[in-house]
This record gives sequence, structure tokens and C-alpha cells, in this order.
Amino acid sequence: MVTLHLAVALNDAGWHPAAWRAPDARPAELFSPGYWADLVAEAERGLLDFVTLEDALGQQSAAFHRPDDRTDQVRGGLDAVLVAARVAPLTSRIGLVPTTNVTHTEPFHVAIGIATLDHAARGRAGWRPQIASRAADARHFGRRTTPQLTDEDVLSEERIAARLRPLFAEAADVVEVARRLWDSWEDDAEIRDTATGRFVDRAKLHAVDFEGPLFSVRGPSITPRSPQGQPLVASLAHASTPYEFAARASDLVFVTPDDPADARRILAEVDTAVRTAGRDLAARPLKRFADLVVLLDDTEAEAVARKDRLDTLAGAELASDAHIFTGTPAALADLLLDWRPLGFDGFRLRPAALPHDLEAITRALVPELRRRGAFRTAYTETTLRGHLGLTRPVSRYARV
Amino acid sequence: MKQVHLAVQLPAIHNVTVWSDPRSESQISIDSFIRLAQAAERGKFDFFFLAEGLRLREHKGEVYDLDVVGRPENLTVLAALAAVTDRLGLAGTVNATFNEPYEVARRLASLDLLSGGRAAWNVVTSYDAFTGENFRRGGFLDEADRYTRAAEFLRTARELWDSWAEGDVLADAASGHFVREGAGRFAHRGRHFDIEGRFTTPRGPQGHPVVIQAGESDAGREFAASDADVIFSKYSRLEEARPFYADVKSRLAKYGRTHGQLKIMPTATAIVADTDEEAVAYADEITRAQVSPQTAIAHLEGVWGRDLSGYDPDGPLPDVDPEPESLVLKGHSVFRKGREETARRWRKLADERGLSIRELMIEVHGGQTFVGSPRTVADAIDHYVQSDGADGFVLVPHLTPGGLDEVVDRVVPLLQEKGVFREEYTGTTLREHLGLGAPTSPEETS
Repeated sequence: MVTLHLAVALNDAGWHPAAWRAPDARPAELFSPGYWADLVAEAERGLLDFVTLEDALGQQSAAFHRPDDRTDQVRGGLDAVLVAARVAPLTSRIGLVPTTNVTHTEPFHVAIGIATLDHAARGRAGWRPQIASRAADARHFGRRTTPQLTDEDVLSEERIAARLRPLFAEAADVVEVARRLWDSWEDDAEIRDTATGRFVDRAKLHAVDFEGPLFSVRGPSITPRSPQGQPLVASLAHASTPYEFAARASDLVFVTPDDPADARRILAEVDTAVRTAGRDLAARPLKRFADLVVLLDDTEAEAVARKDRLDTLAGAELASDAHIFTGTPAALADLLLDWRPLGFDGFRLRPAALPHDLEAITRALVPELRRRGAFRTAYTETTLRGHLGLTRPVSRYARV
Repeated sequence: MKQVHLAVQLPAIHNVTVWSDPRSESQISIDSFIRLAQAAERGKFDFFFLAEGLRLREHKGEVYDLDVVGRPENLTVLAALAAVTDRLGLAGTVNATFNEPYEVARRLASLDLLSGGRAAWNVVTSYDAFTGENFRRGGFLDEADRYTRAAEFLRTARELWDSWAEGDVLADAASGHFVREGAGRFAHRGRHFDIEGRFTTPRGPQGHPVVIQAGESDAGREFAASDADVIFSKYSRLEEARPFYADVKSRLAKYGRTHGQLKIMPTATAIVADTDEEAVAYADEITRAQVSPQTAIAHLEGVWGRDLSGYDPDGPLPDVDPEPESLVLKGHSVFRKGREETARRWRKLADERGLSIRELMIEVHGGQTFVGSPRTVADAIDHYVQSDGADGFVLVPHLTPGGLDEVVDRVVPLLQEKGVFREEYTGTTLREHLGLGAPTSPEETS
């Protein structure tokens, strides 16, 4: 059996808004490096493929489209690329996939930041480019405005996506620029030729000359090509526009099916987007992961009771864009093995409460999957692309 | 006795690094950064400094290829170094032209939190359209606006750092209050920035990261005196350094600041060997490697503004005059201004002393700051500081990554013996290492 891939999405104290109030939570440490180092080390002990780290240019909000003034949930966060870099030297195999905004940032800065993370992590960097969907975030920069979604817009993923389509188009340009910059140094550009006094062969450094409607970048990068050549680009998608973005720009897409029928529909939409984009999957594979929020305990009753307690603390039942699984690790293993043949390469699990649900993944789910021959027993590769069975691309500028 | 402050900079892009030396390793591998940072921490240095690059320099329309080319995004490397060091300050350059305050303040506050209070920001400016070609807005800034934007940028960043007060993260699970009401709320209305909202990142251990500036012009010196905690200067000769030191320190009072609140730290090199004679010979060898025949011609072309590849580096200066309007070297501020005057001065020097092109370039660009036995170098560093030429130095080793070892292992113990350098870190934050007080907030300085 081909084994599945497993990632965890790390976010604050977990994905439940009341997770920070759980007995084993460490809410006072959310802004300290030790907290993140411990979580990522735990994920690496579980031999997971990678962790993702959330980020945003505005404070968290219970409302999708605008800020709120709540003080009873986690507010505030650290730059995810820097968190990933901070844990990189403390780990050796696990992939590190930070989120960055691409609407208000400079593509050049973001691209060299991710390339540098790949150097610092010796080939374990990924990147989740994200648009800024909240109009209020634009006021943090004051350079431009972005659409304010209405309350009606947020009732439908398709309506949101349609309203934000120009931002996704720009995001695709940002990824294209980043990819060109990552390739702009050929692997053997550094020559240290004492005879001619040249440190680099400038014929192997390339201007990227990107010209788009909103920005242009000349290049080349200042950062030499990184260990993976192209760090892994991942994106989260719920609707046609982001599926098209994934088909154009990503190496891996996270989707959010509710059940197998929904999964089939979504994967068919992704296939359509890939065809429309004219993407050759043999040359450029697109990995598909299903996202699940998970609450895991020894018995289903315990998991349900824990979710009830958290819901009570939050004053509302947990809601998510992704399916919420509440039960035992064995039952989750059943679900993953049930859904996998629908066309998923792997799953990204979003622990509802940290560290509880992460430890349930690494210490109970992983051994359970392994017993069924469905998960690795040791890392066999050292890079994130390697874990996922992706090859290291040759620079597009290299003459063969 | 004044205490000496020491920092180290991993050399990049200029011809300091002798990359042809067999001991020279990668300038990009994380191993190199870790090794140099750990050497600095072993030596109880104040901080590790990384400059930034935003566009590769070009020479005659092509990437400049004689020096080390290629470097990482510096704050990302510094965050990684926070994991493998414990006390060492972590300083990076971030340009105030091709960035926005919200993002820079956020990244620096994050670095401060992720390092336990060790972050520093070297604020630099640019108006350079050449560099701007890599950015959304291009080279949009008039030269006259460099410091007005930088000053407002820094003021805005400080407002953002102050938008979370100490203790705004309550994390009180029992009562259900995670943050204090209004944490992170800000509004700044100014000429360069008109922004408002909620800042994401709580106050770091230092309150404000340490602010570094490199000011030479009158405007730069005022900016440093009003706003910086540390100045990098280029005065490596004591007779030039003392007037600069006195001038900048004298400007502090009008901003309500004391002498100790601004540290002046020139960049310097230190060539150490068993004896003074050996060190002098070694320094000469290094300088010749730094100014190769090709480098000598390239530097001359930078000032002459024309192709001089037909000239013999071991021969006399060209008989042609500089072309004042032509820039052959782009992305390098040294060669931008006063080139005709520089050329006149060089020609005079070469004539008087009968120097070849390469000898002239070694004379004007080469040269090491401190050369000698460990005792000689320690005495010179101490004398320079006690004579009010500086508060300390940013050492730029000529070898990556092992170039600091001699200083750490042989010079630092002598400074410690003299009682002018710490034997152990007494604080945990960079502000504490530098003897700086709590940060001043914008209202107090304006």
C-alpha cells in the first residue's frame, strides 16, 4: 500500500476559539519561542511530513470579513516565517510551511525570505501565500484599498471568491515572481575562480523581468538558489477561484470536504481547474490534501465531552470551514483510509486544542496508521519535497 | 574606565572577504552563520550584525562578479540564530524606503519576542531607482525625502510597538480574558504614512528593539542624535573619529538625551598574529588579496565612469579624464558622489608617491584598522575607546566563518584583563548589554 502523507496546521492554542482555556494549554507562552519549538518537535517525533504556521496582517477575528473587539479569544501573532526560522535549527527533518500575506507585502522580500528559510532549514521550507481578504488590513498599510465583503458575500464561498478574484490574480503573479527569483541563480553560479578573480559566473545569474498589472520586478534574487531549488508552495482553497489559483501556482492544495461525496465533487473541480490552466501534472504534480479539524481522545464520548466543554467556554458551538472530526484516533484512521482512495495524497489535520490534539496525532493516530501499514516508520528523505516524492526542479534559466 | 562594546558583522558583497582563501567557506550556508554567531557569543560580544541587499550591484551593465555575491534575507537568518545563541544581540538592516512600517515593526517585534529581547534594527534609506526596480513602487522617493520618510517611518514603528502595553496579554483562562481591551489599536496620520487599525504583535522584551543608524551627513547625524541607540560610523582613524564622536554626542542634549544613550561604533578590521611583525606581513597579504588586479581596475572604473579594462593594474593611472555623468557601478553609493574630486585627489596621490593603479587602490581602499599581536590590538582598541574615538567596534572579519576566532580567543581575554570588557553577560537583552535604558516613546521625543 502507498502510505499517506500527514501534516498538522498549527494555529495559536489550537483551532477551537476556547482552546487557550483548556487545562493543558499554554496561553501565556503563545508569543514565546519555546512554545512553537515544543510543538514542532512533537510533530517531528511523529514523523509528520510538515507543519503549517498560520499568519495574517491583522488580528484574528471571529468574523471572516472584518475585525472584532473581542478580548475572550486569542488575539495577536508572530511573523510565521520568523517562527519557522526560529525552530529550523532545532529540528532536522520536518517541513516548515509558514503563511505569508501577498496582497500588501513586497514580492521580492517575501521570495527571499522563503528562500532563506529553505537555506536555514536545509531544504525543508514551504510557503503558503495568502491574500488579505479583509478591507481593514489595507488600512494598516495605507497604500491601496481592497474590497470590503458584505455580510451576504460571506454566506457563500463562491461569492467571496468572485469578489476577491483580482487579489487571487495578483497572488498568482506574486508566486510567479517568487518562482522566477528562486530560479534566477543557477545552482552552479558561484565559481570562486581565482585565475580570473571572479566569485560568480554572471552568465548564470538571471534578471527575471516580471511585468504585471500591479507590479514589476527586475531581479535577479540576492539569495542564491536554495537547497530545494523551489520551496514547496501550498494553498488553501474552498471555491473555484482559489482552485484556479492552486492549479496555476501551487505544488499542493488543501481542500475542505465534508464527506466523500463532497470530496469527489471538490477533486473534480480541482481537476477541471488543472485542465483549464493547461497544467501538465506529469511535469508539475499537484498534491491534494484534505483538511480536517480534529478532537481526539481515547473514547468518542471523551472527545465529545471535551468539545462540549470548549464550546461552553466559547459560548458557541465550534464552526469551521473544514470538517470537524470528534472521536478516537482509530476512528480517524478509518476515515483517512476511507477518504484517501478518493484521490488524496494526504491530510492536513488541524488540532482543535494544543498540545492535546497534536499529541493524540503523533502518539496515537500515527502508531495506528503505522500498524495498518499506511504511514512511514522513519524519515527516508531530508527535504520537504523529498518527503512528498517531488523531485528538485532544474532552474528554468539553465541551458541544458 | 569606559567599557568597550564589540559587535561582529558577517562580511558580504564588499571586497573585505578574502574568498580565495582556502579557509573561506560558504557565505550563505546556515552553518557559517551559526559558527560566526557562536564565536561572537563565546567572546561575550554585544551583537551580531547582518546588512541587507535589495539588488545585486552591477558593473558596466552586468552583475558585479569580483566580490562575494549573494546573501540571505537577514531577519530570517537572525531568527534562526536566536535558536542557537542565548545572549548575543541580533541586528539586521531593514530599508525604510522599500518597506512599510506595519510590516517592519511586526517582523522586528516578532524577532524580539523570538529571541528573548535581542533584536536590533539598522535603519537605512534609499531613493535609488536602480534598487527600486525590484519593488512595487519602484524608486519613488526624492533624495530630499530620504530622512523625512525614515524619521516618520521610525516614529510610526515606535507607535506600533507602543500599541501593546506591557501586560496586555492577560491569558487568564479562569476569567476568559485573553487580551486587554484595545490592545494593538493605533492610528498614525502623517505626511508619508496615514494608517490605522490593530497591530498584531505584543510588546517585545525590550519594548522597542535597539535602533541603529549610520549617519555621516548633517541630516544623518541629527537623525542619529534624535532617534538612534547606536551609530555605525566609518571613521577608523582616531584623529577623524574624535571630532565625529564629539559632534554627534554634543547633539544629544537638545533631544533630552544623555551621553550614554547613543553608542558610536565604527566598523573595523583586526588582523592578529603572534607578533606585530607577523601581523603586519599578514595584513599586507590580506590587503593584496582584497584588492586583486581586477578589483583595482573595477574600483578605478567606478570613479572614472568608463571602461578601463585595457589598462595595466600595475601601471600608472589612465591618461584620460573621468566621465562625470557616467555610472559604471550601480547599487554602490561609494562611487556615486564627488567622483571628479576623488579622481583629482587620487591622481595627485599617485603622482606624488609614484603609485601604480593597484598600489593606489590598496592605499585608498585597503588597509586594516587594528594590526598586531593580541596585546597590541587589545591596547589599540582600548586606547581608541578611552580617547573618545568610539564606544566600541563592529568587527568585520576577512574570513567567513572562522575570522573572528583569533579576536575572541586571544584579544578579548586581554580586554577582560584590563577590566574594559565584560567577562560574562550581566543582562539578557541587547539593551542591557549596551547599557541603554528603557526605550523612549514618540511623545517623549517629539
